[in-house]
Amino acid sequence: MWSVPEAALTTQADTPAKVEVRDLSVHYGETKAVDGVNIDIPRNQVTALIGPSGCGKSTFLRCLNRMNDHIAGAQIRGRVVMDGEDVYGPDVDAVDLRRRVGMVFQKSNPFPKTIFENVAFGPRVHGLRDAVALREIVERSLRQSALWDEVSSSLEKSALELSGGQQQRLCIARALAVEPEVLLMDEPASALDPISTAKIEELIHELKNSYTIVIVTHNMQQAARVSDITAYFYLGKLIEYGPTARIFTSPTRQETEDYITGRFG
Amino acid sequence: MITSEAHRASRRRTVRLFELAGLLATCVGLVVLAVLVVDVFGDGLPRLSWQFLTSYPSRKPEDAGILAALVGSLWLLVLTALVAFPIGVGAAIYLEEYSTQGRLQRVIEINIANLAGVPSIIYGLLGLELFVRIMRPITGGRSVLAGALTMALLVMPIVIIAAREALRAVADSQRQAAYALGATRWQVTSRVVVPAALPGILTGTILALSRAVGETAPLITMGALTYVAFLPDLSLAGLQSPFTVLPIQIFNWVSRPQPGFHVNAAAGIVVLLVVLLLMNATAIILRNRYQRRT
Amino acid sequence: MEAPVTEPRPDPAYSATMTAHPPLTLRPPRRAVAAGAAVARARRERLIHIALAFCGIVSILTTAGIVLVLLFETIEFFREVPLWRFLTDLEWTPLFADKKFGVIVLASATFLTSVIALVVAIPVGLMSAIYLSEVAPRRVRGVVKPLLEVLAGVPTVVYGYFALLFVTPLLQRVYPDISGFNALSAGLVMGVMIIPLVVSLSEDALFAVPQNLRDGAYALGATRLQVATRVVVPAALSGVVASFILAVSRAVGETMIVAIAAGQSPNLTLNPFVPVETMTAYIVQVSLGDTPTGTLEFKTIFVVGMTLFLLTLGLNTLSHRLVRRFRERYE
Repeated sequence: MWSVPEAALTTQADTPAKVEVRDLSVHYGETKAVDGVNIDIPRNQVTALIGPSGCGKSTFLRCLNRMNDHIAGAQIRGRVVMDGEDVYGPDVDAVDLRRRVGMVFQKSNPFPKTIFENVAFGPRVHGLRDAVALREIVERSLRQSALWDEVSSSLEKSALELSGGQQQRLCIARALAVEPEVLLMDEPASALDPISTAKIEELIHELKNSYTIVIVTHNMQQAARVSDITAYFYLGKLIEYGPTARIFTSPTRQETEDYITGRFG
Repeated sequence: MITSEAHRASRRRTVRLFELAGLLATCVGLVVLAVLVVDVFGDGLPRLSWQFLTSYPSRKPEDAGILAALVGSLWLLVLTALVAFPIGVGAAIYLEEYSTQGRLQRVIEINIANLAGVPSIIYGLLGLELFVRIMRPITGGRSVLAGALTMALLVMPIVIIAAREALRAVADSQRQAAYALGATRWQVTSRVVVPAALPGILTGTILALSRAVGETAPLITMGALTYVAFLPDLSLAGLQSPFTVLPIQIFNWVSRPQPGFHVNAAAGIVVLLVVLLLMNATAIILRNRYQRRT
Repeated sequence: MEAPVTEPRPDPAYSATMTAHPPLTLRPPRRAVAAGAAVARARRERLIHIALAFCGIVSILTTAGIVLVLLFETIEFFREVPLWRFLTDLEWTPLFADKKFGVIVLASATFLTSVIALVVAIPVGLMSAIYLSEVAPRRVRGVVKPLLEVLAGVPTVVYGYFALLFVTPLLQRVYPDISGFNALSAGLVMGVMIIPLVVSLSEDALFAVPQNLRDGAYALGATRLQVATRVVVPAALSGVVASFILAVSRAVGETMIVAIAAGQSPNLTLNPFVPVETMTAYIVQVSLGDTPTGTLEFKTIFVVGMTLFLLTLGLNTLSHRLVRRFRERYE
């Protein structure tokens, strides 16, 4: 099977989960995209969601920051409890939730503005106006996403002039600028070349020290390289999840083993 | 053999004739346009002079000029833009970003589609009753303000349709990115969507306004004058002053029997076409610059 | 097969950054303050939503305004003049002492000028649309379409000038008995003005016909002419007819060309060589005059306006229904 880095073989089973999902289901009209999912997302770890395409992984991910609210006709049932509070509760402000739970998309989507304005967008939108503070946040976020050295002298250039890999790291910096606690990444490297992909995987390793990361990926090797916990989704159901090393070496369920050994998907 | 050689030759001839007829048909309009332009410019260009541009109308054709009409047109244009742009773009934003495909949206869309097809003179009747008579205390009667409100209603459907297209052209992934950062709907709209759509919105607005500059019937109906020998004050009180516009001045001169006035009309047309050309050129330059940037 | 594994490599600059810049002021303070800000924000968003909805409602108010204004004055008018007189009088003389209110006089002029315009615009426009859609190379289409846009953008008062001072004298050279104001001149120029409308809408309809229909016919050995006339146009028929109906509506609503070149003397006739006054030209005539508001004569422009409005509304609605039926088939 795959060899897995040492660090991923141990899990911190004692710290309480950052996010606890109970019986989460998502319906679009007749179709059930997510069906009765129960999972604990541990804090400061990387949880990878794997499975064939169209199996509800991205839909599930979008439940964690309530982005599905914007899709007409989506009915969401169940509970998503972060730090003891249900994010779908009546008192929860979606705007504030999304500051705490950031998202990076599959295809990088920088705004047609300057690099600086892209990263500063989040803090500005949440009310930060002080120019000095903004500049500090922008620099800090760009350093965290390993982009600072490449763009520090050209912050006023358009973000669209960056390469694909740089744009994606810019989007990561943009997401980090609002100081989230959780970072959701929907196939962040699937549209990138191998070198950029490697850079982003490095980034994920470093970021998990400060953030809880949930990543959807098609690429099983990537999941093996990058994650501490792996969850296997199939047709909207969570089949199995657990420490990455165990999932990839000795999965409990037959469906998991079939997918991992490449019998389908 | 299903067809004979003669039959095939006659078929070829028919097709050739058909293609020729199509080409001719396409040229008809263009030829007429060319003749029109040559005729108007031939008569009007010699009459263009500094005197013509800076004089008021007069009973003698040689002394008449289009100053009042030109200033009136520009004044009207600015006021119409100030009313039609915010409301039109606001409506487009509502329909594209805020509305939920419900009954209200359907009703608004049906109304906009209908209004786009109403003859412009009907807007004049509406303006006459509503802005000139009923709202006389505010607008001052047959004033440039009433005219601007009337024209704003006329061009608003065009602005809305153009703005909607521009908003729709903004990729949804942009909105997603902004929402995911915790922006509210208005923040997403005002900081991401509208700035991206702005060139398209402006182009559409300029084209709508160029339609307003060429309109005559609704303004005559709501009471713009045909003989104005003064300039409206460029002040708040000036909003309530009577006015005239280029197309009405042209119409007035065309309607007179003396050939001298016909020459004036031609010269007026030249000025009007130049104004329209400048506006359309601005819109096209804007659109090209935008397409180059993205 | 072994999957390549990358070891996590700590980046010294990264760790330095993290210690040098502790989290700034963005982390939310206490619950209560955050909740209060959220409520204020929600209220602001609600107000913006209502303001934008109001902008949308302006269009509904405009339609309502038009209908109410026309309706009100029309009802006032029919209080003094019975409807049957409006429909059956054979003269239109509201401004004279002996008042007759036969709208048919004005309607006949609108009809006459529109028919002449359509006789020009529809064949020429349709031929041109077929040519551009089925025959012409891409380049030609790219040049011609913008030029047609220019044609459509010329103000109607310019067309009126052209009709009165160029076309009429030209016609008079051929047929000296044509009067200075006549329906023919105005109708011809109006037709040219409408050509771009017919071309643009018909061509859209023709373009929307799926290519595989054409391919099937070409594969059977049909010529371009046959494919165009026997396959494409019939398939696009409702869309093409919809464009014709809109052309009619445009012709009916046109004002300046007829006001300038067709004249302002009401005349119940189908003779294209004499002056006539259309519904639109009548409204202009009264607006230019000194008719005091509130009088019966003044109300006539609203009644005529109502007639015009209902006519174009009916035509436009019919056209939209046809377009919808056409779209349902192909999209």
